[in-house]
This record gives sequence, C-alpha cells and structure tokens, in this order.
Amino acid sequence: MTEKKDKNQPLHWHTETDADNITWLSLDRVDAGANSLSHAVLDELKAILEKLHKQPPTGLVIRSGKKKGFIYGADIKEFTALEDAAKTMALIRRGQHIMGMIESLHCPTLALINGVCMGGGTELALACDYRVADTDARLGLPEIKLGIHPGFGGVARSIPLLGAPAAMDIMLSGRTVFASPARRMGLVDAVVPLRQMESAARHFISTRPKKHQAKWYLRLASHPLVRPLLARYLRKQVSKKARKEHYPAPYALIDLWQSHGSNKRAMLNAEVTSVSHLMMTPTSRNLVRVFLLQDRLKSFGKDPAIDEEAFQHVHVIGGGIMGGDIAAWCASRDLTVTLQETRKEAIANTFQRAGKLYKKRLRLTHRVTSALDNIIADPDGHGLEKADVVIEAIYENMEAKHDLLKSVEPSLQAHALLASNTSSLMLEELDTVMSAPQRLVGLHFFNPVAQMPLVEIVNGKQTAASVASQAACFAHRLGKLPLPVKSSPGFLVNRILMPYLMEAMILVEEGVSLTNIDKAATDFGMPMGPITLADTVGLDICLSVAKNLSEKLDGSIPQHLIDKVDAGKLGKKTGTGFYRWNKGKIVNPDDNEKTPSTELTDRLILRLLNESIACLREGIVEDADLLDAGVIFGTGFAPFRGGPMRYIKEIGAKTTHNKLQQLSRQHGERFAPDAGWESLLTGE
Amino acid sequence: MIKGRPVYIVDGTRSPFLKARGTPGPFNAADLAVETGKPLLNRLPFSADAIDEVIVGCVMPGPNEVNIARIIALRLGCSNETPAWTVQRNCASGMQALDSAARNIAQGDANLILAGGVEVMSHAPILLNEQMIIWLAEFGRARTPLKKIAALSRLRPAYLKPVIGLICGLHDPVVNLSMGQTAENLVYQFDLKRREIDHYALASHQRLADAQDNKHLEELVTVYDRAGKFYENDDGLRRESTMESLAKLKPVFDRKYGKITAGNSAQITDGCALLMLASEKAVNQHKLPVLGHLCDSEWAALDPAIMGLGPVHAMTPLLKRQRLKIDDIDYWEINEAFAAQVIACKRAWADSKYCRQHLHLRTAFGELDESRLNIDGGSVSIGHPVGASGARITLHLLEVLKRTNSRRGIASLCIGGGQGGALLVERTND
Repeated sequence: MTEKKDKNQPLHWHTETDADNITWLSLDRVDAGANSLSHAVLDELKAILEKLHKQPPTGLVIRSGKKKGFIYGADIKEFTALEDAAKTMALIRRGQHIMGMIESLHCPTLALINGVCMGGGTELALACDYRVADTDARLGLPEIKLGIHPGFGGVARSIPLLGAPAAMDIMLSGRTVFASPARRMGLVDAVVPLRQMESAARHFISTRPKKHQAKWYLRLASHPLVRPLLARYLRKQVSKKARKEHYPAPYALIDLWQSHGSNKRAMLNAEVTSVSHLMMTPTSRNLVRVFLLQDRLKSFGKDPAIDEEAFQHVHVIGGGIMGGDIAAWCASRDLTVTLQETRKEAIANTFQRAGKLYKKRLRLTHRVTSALDNIIADPDGHGLEKADVVIEAIYENMEAKHDLLKSVEPSLQAHALLASNTSSLMLEELDTVMSAPQRLVGLHFFNPVAQMPLVEIVNGKQTAASVASQAACFAHRLGKLPLPVKSSPGFLVNRILMPYLMEAMILVEEGVSLTNIDKAATDFGMPMGPITLADTVGLDICLSVAKNLSEKLDGSIPQHLIDKVDAGKLGKKTGTGFYRWNKGKIVNPDDNEKTPSTELTDRLILRLLNESIACLREGIVEDADLLDAGVIFGTGFAPFRGGPMRYIKEIGAKTTHNKLQQLSRQHGERFAPDAGWESLLTGE
Repeated sequence: MIKGRPVYIVDGTRSPFLKARGTPGPFNAADLAVETGKPLLNRLPFSADAIDEVIVGCVMPGPNEVNIARIIALRLGCSNETPAWTVQRNCASGMQALDSAARNIAQGDANLILAGGVEVMSHAPILLNEQMIIWLAEFGRARTPLKKIAALSRLRPAYLKPVIGLICGLHDPVVNLSMGQTAENLVYQFDLKRREIDHYALASHQRLADAQDNKHLEELVTVYDRAGKFYENDDGLRRESTMESLAKLKPVFDRKYGKITAGNSAQITDGCALLMLASEKAVNQHKLPVLGHLCDSEWAALDPAIMGLGPVHAMTPLLKRQRLKIDDIDYWEINEAFAAQVIACKRAWADSKYCRQHLHLRTAFGELDESRLNIDGGSVSIGHPVGASGARITLHLLEVLKRTNSRRGIASLCIGGGQGGALLVERTND
C-alpha cells in the first residue's frame, strides 16, 4: 500500500504545470545533496513519463531542484551491486528506454542545465530536443574514467548532434566542457545567466526552433567510407595515452562507432552490450572502487564540530616551491593568504606560478585577479596573528623549524590550526619546543600541489584528535582528499614509493637501460617511469627522503644516486640527472623498444607491494582501502589496478609472497617478505 | 579647513614610483593600488571590513576603472557595504582624498578611512581623433557591401593620427598652455637662470640617492607584478646626473629658447600612496599606532598661467589661520612639478612686493630654508604620478618628522588649472 502511494507521489521529482501548460519537472533527490540518477530516481521518472505520454503537455522542461548542479551522472554506488552482465544489461537497457521515452514525447522537451551535468545527466539532456545551460555550467560524458562509456544513448545521440570528431573527443577524453565551448560545438543550444533560464526555456518551447544537428561536413565523418580511417586515427591517438589491455573502454567505444556509426537503432543496442561487458571488467571494477574511495577520504574532512567557513586566512611560512604553491592553491580557493618569506624573488616566482595556474584553472580574468589579490607578501609575518591556519613550509632542518615553531606558537590565535608540511622530520621531534605540542599536525602536500589531489594528515603521537580532524577539514575546504596517516618516516606515500625508486636505481647500476626500466613501469600502468619520476622530483629530494627512510630501506641507498647529487646533477631542474633534460623534455633517450622482462617489472613492483604490506602491518593507515586510495591519489599508481592491495589480491597473496622469496634469494634481503604477509596468507 | 574631531594618520604605504618608459608599465592603476594597499592592511591590526570608507585620488583611471576607489576597496577585501569614491583635483587628487577623508572623520561621519592616490601615467590612453570617430560611425551605418566600399573610400590617412591622452592631460585648455609653459612663465616672471634651475634638479636626485642609500624611504613597500617581477625602489633616479649633463638637455615646452627641460621637470611616472586615517575612537579601539595628526588644510586658486605658485597661495592663509610663521614649520614638502616652479614659490615668499600684491601680507613672508624643504628628493627625481603625489608627500613628510623627531610639517602642491593645496601635519612628541 505504502509502496503504491510512493509511486504515485514521487519523492525526488517535483512536477509543476504552469498556465501555458508547460510541465516543469525538477529533480531534487531527497536522500542526497547532489542529484544523480539512482534506481529510485529513474523509476519515478519512468512513471512520470508514462503519464506525460498519455497526456502530453505543451512542453516539458527538465531541471534541477538543487542550486548546486543539474545531474552528476549515474549513482555510482549502485554499480558495485551489479554482479553479472545479464543484470547489468537489463539495467542499462531500462535506462536507455527511459531516455527514449523523453525523446519520443509528443511535445518539445528541454533540459535546463545549471552547474554540473555529467554522464547520465548529459545523456538525459541529449534525449531532450533542446538544452539550455547557465554560464557556469560544466558538461561532460566522463564514463571513460570509470572504464566504461555512455550507455543511456549518449553515444548514439552525441555523435549526430556534435559530429563524430567532437563527440568522440569528449567521450574518449572524458573531459569537462564549459558552457561557452559547449554552445559553440552544439552540445547546448543557448547559454544564459541563471536569471534568464526560465525565460529562455519558455522561448524554446513556444518558438520550437529547428533542433540542432552537426554541420554536414561534420556528419560526413560518420560516413561508412570515412569511419574506418577516422577510427584508425582515433585508435592511434588513444594508444598514446592508454593501452587496450589496461583500458579497454576507449577501444570499445571506437569499435562501437565504427561498426554502427550510421545506424542509431543498432548503435543503441550495441551501447547496451558494450557497456554491460565493460562494467564487468576488472579495470572498470577497480576504477569504480577507486572513485568511491574518494568519498571515504572526503568523509575525513567532514566534522560537524568544525565549520569550514571559519577557515578564512591562511598564513604560509616559507615561500619555496612547496610553500608558494600551497599559498597559491589556498588563494585560488577564496582564502586570504599571507606568505611569510623574506626572499623577494621567491615571492615573485610564487606570483608568476600562481598567475599561470589561475589562467588555466579559473580562466575568467576577474577570477584570476581575485585569486592573485588574495596572496599577500608578508616578509615580516604580520599575518601570523590574524590567521586561522598557519602552515610551516620552510626548508627541512630541525633546528630552523624549532626556532620557527618557538616564535610562532605564542602569536597564534586560540582557534588557529598549526600545521607543518614537513616530509622528512618527525612531528614528535618538532613539537618538543612547543608548550602545547598537541596543537601541531602534519599537512603533507605533494608536488605539484595543484595537480596532486591527496594531502596526508599526519598524526603525531601528541597531536590532538580534534586538531587532526580540523586539519582534514581544512584539506577538504581546499578541495583536496585528506588521508590520515601515522607519523612515521615517509608517512605512507613516500614510504611506499621509495623502495620502488631505489630498486630502479639499483637496476641502473646493474646496467639496465634507463628507458627499459621506465618502460617496465609504464607497461605495468604507472603514469611515469621511476627514473623519469626521480629526475622530475629532483634527485636531491629523492636522496633526502631516502636517507630519512634508510632504516626502513635496509640502508640500501644506491651509490649512483649519492654521486649524482654530489655532482649537482639533480634531474630536470638542473638539466641533467639520470636523463639529460632540455626545456622540460628528455633529450635523446637510448631508445631501444625492447620489451622489458617480467623480472624487471617484478623487481620494481614487488618492492612497492612489500612495503605496502609493511605499512599496513605498522598501521600507517587504517586499512587496505585507504592504502590503495593513498597510493593511487598520491603517486598515480596505475588506477585501473585498483591500488597495491587490490593488485595483490588479484594475483594472489601466495603467488606474490613466493615471488618475493625467490627474489630475495637472487637479489638479497631487501626482497625478504615483510612479516605482514603472514596474516594475509593465513587469511587466504 | 578641517574642523571638529581630531584626525590621525596611523600608517601608510607607497609603491615604488616607476618611470614611464614609452610602453604601458607593469601595473594598471587598480593593480598598483591593490599591491600598495595589501601590505598596509596586512600590518594593521583590524580587518579590511572595519574600514568605513575609501577615498582615492586619480586623474586618469583606465577606461575599465570607473570609480577606481570602489574597485580598489573591494579588491582589498573591504566589505560590500563600504562606500568608496574617487576624487579628481588634477595634481592634488591624492591630497584632496586625504582632505576629504579628514573632514569626514572630523565631522564624525567615519572613524577609519583608507585614502590616498594612484596614477599610472604609462597607461594613459591613446585616443582616436574626432574625424576618425565620425568616420567609424559612418562606416558602421553602411549596411550594404557597396555602401561599405563607398565609406572606405572616404577614409583619409590623417584620420589615423592618434590623440595622446597624456599630452592632453598636461595641457590647460583655458589659457592654451602646457604645464611646462606655465613654468616658463614663472621663469620669466622671476627671472630664473637655467643654472639655478638645473642645480635644484640635480640636488633633487642627490637627495633621493642619499635617502635610498640611508633607507630613509620607510614608507616604500615592494610590489609584485604578474609576470614574476618585483619592484622595490623608485627607478627614475639618475645618480649619474651632473650639471653638465643637465645643461645639455634641450628645452621641451618653449623649444630652443626656453629653460624648462625634461631634466628639470617632474618625471612621468606610475605610482601609488595610501594612508590610513582614523578618529581618536578608532585609534583607541584598535590600539593603533599614530604617525601624526592632520591639523588643517587649505585650497587656493590663481591665474592658471602661473599655476606653479599655487603652493604659496594655499600655504599663506593656512599658516596665517594657524598663527604660524615660516620658522615654526620644521619640514616642508612642496611638490616639484618643475624645479623652476619650486624656486619661484621660494622667490615669491621672499619678495615683499609679491606678498603685498597677491598674498595680502604687509611684508615678505620670509626665506624658506632649503635644508628643510624636500629633504629626500622630490618629483623631479622620484617622479610625479599626478594623482598620487599629494598622498606621497604627506606620507613622506610624516616619516621625515618621525625620523628627525620634529613636530610640524607642511605638504603642498601646485595644481594644473591654477590652484594650490596645502596640509598641515603635526607629530605629538611622545
């Protein structure tokens, strides 16, 4: 009985029919802050559409009842419940059917898009006759990032609308399209300020202009004679970024289009089969899991006791690359930032880097100006007393940091958060000079700050729980993913990365070619090979982290690395490291396209896996999920593999353990399986 | 005249003055003012939204900087509810801003006012000449291709000649004289010699050099541009100047026979100076430092053709009203629009005839001691961003009083169009 009542009165959708007989259908999910297309939402929509089919209004406008965003896409949590391809297929087909019901309504239909419109949201909009977006709207079909492609008719509808080149570009890259470019490519029919959204919608419904369609020369790209050529080109482009065996979805999407590009019906059907198949692949499963792990990390940054709005003024001490970039990032997030630094060149460089970043990220001149205005050069440290957050980012020297903390502590506001960005010093040693050591927390940002989503929240032995929570909330306020970690050399990310880098350098000493080592890693799915990574990070930094970790690394720092640092060959920044660099690019690598042996890959990856086990055993992070999330968001570890722990699970703990034992016999103690394996093996 | 509650100047900052070098400088006016204001607000103990009002002097804001004061206020973090307005009194715009702020505080309308001036002369607009504008309108009206071609055929090369905004701004349309020519009038009236004019100009550079070397420009703050450069010093200083090198320069306003050269005139410059003015209430409430007391102001007007004498016309009634004599003033800042014009001011006060005829005095006002006048250089060496100079000289005067631990000072400047302005400041010795 109640169920029936629910069906008659939708919870998530509000229907309103006005004097002009236009139906305004607003989605406002009662169970979530942002709209997504859950089962329930689609069920209700289906029922509503059935009614509208019986008695069509003059026009239908679909909009969001939420101020923040239109529809973020499918409800990804529901993906995890899909066990087999048949169930998945039914679900996709049903979604596609509902979109079809919108398309076949006997009245003009319009999607009124405010803010974010992604995935299924965009597919819903594509099923409408018209799309009107607000000036801040962002659209996209980012399914590819979850190892799938659009399945609710997004492929079949976007291609005729935009032309294959633009549509495939959006779907293959998964990139976000801002309002104006969306208008230019025809993804939306009009871009208007929020205040004109309703008027514009009425205008479209009442005047019924011709529906947009790609220009004839763009439609030509889908001609059966052109398709194979363009498909080949697209495959070549995609192969530069992703391998088929790692990421099957883009290839499947190209195949789909090549086979059915000129037949919408067939394409719709093929979409269903292709997506259902892709959803069952380990790649997609892993990517979905990683996507959802973000929510877990975000939840650390939400504390009802802490008001994010209270973070207004950040005082950053130390204007080097890290300090400057942290300052620039904070300023771009609408925070006032005082940058305490006496070297004027360093401050000037910060402004320059910030300017470049803002131009790319904030785009609009007034936003760029506002962010730059937020950064205040503060050589005398006046901002300290006013700040809500103080971040110490001076050079890594215990004595210097002690002096600093001693002088800073008495000037802090009572509520101010005091954080150190140290990557190699122990909070327990730093806080010895403080009268309230429980105030100090680690906020470990990664370089480059703007690109790396993770921030490690380092809990010292003395750090108060409330302070750690405050730090996580602050990271969340910055739009970063906070990961609570135990204070221990290297924390999580550097700790796990370092054995992998060191092993790469040992391989160099053994005479393996640089490119071959890097290729072994990129073949595995790393975004960048370890040698390139070391050169990019800076060999001096690698060495200092390695020294800091030497106890954990069995003291095995390759002599090679020490020599290079002594010789001032620090990598990309000095022009020579392992590679030679020119204008940020590697010069003449010894290009032998030899396929690296599996042993090479194993030596690199297994050291990383072994260290992961050690970290879990030591409780550096709470559990395996967080470890995977940290390593993926902190290092870019092959996301489709789902993280080190997930990877171990996939190939089997026993197999991995055996391989380690074998390697330790061949290459020494550094491969000896960590004690942590025991519990994993018995668990299996 | 400032009447009512006492008005305090609590702090102030000034950007380096950057010489215009033919191309637009690194900052537009609002950017420069924001860069100058940021360190000021940062070191004051209250937040920007405590400010009651913002008043900024600027003669030529950019076309997208209408009411630049409001732009500056919002960009510095003042609240939406903080009123802000821009004042324009030509060369005294910055001083006018201080005077207006002082009066509002004195009257009890406000307790904290950010005031000052900014000018980015290197960005002065280049305009289309009128014939070009008319032609463009015609061309716009031509709808058909044929009519467009016909309109195109009426375009003449002469239409393309631009109008230099800066030159227009430095020209008095009423008497049809450029500012330099009004200075030539003073040279003629007081029979000034090229040598003494150049000598004054040279001293201005030497004084600025000393001030830089001895770090006497306390009010300077470093400003950062978006290209990753920073500016920490006035860059118009010519340490290598000599009497010989100055003598070689050709007169630029009355060509060939005149005496006013680029070397003995103020430089065309970008710059900004901002001050925080406060009532006693605000000083106590926020426990503010006090740089000085802004006691009184005076504005006067005279024949535009001799506008350079404006300072004596403004300072005389101010001093009379305050019952002060020339020796009661410890330090003077008289803006150096032209070296000749400052010398003429001195001459006028020392000249009993001029004082009787024009200043309603019975005798000569007195001899102004050059060792107490513009002791750290002036606009000839520092530069004269018109809207900013009034604020700069007032702020620097307070710094001089502080450094020398002295009491009274007068800041004054001549104003294109035939006016003069003067402020009297006092430091309470503590």
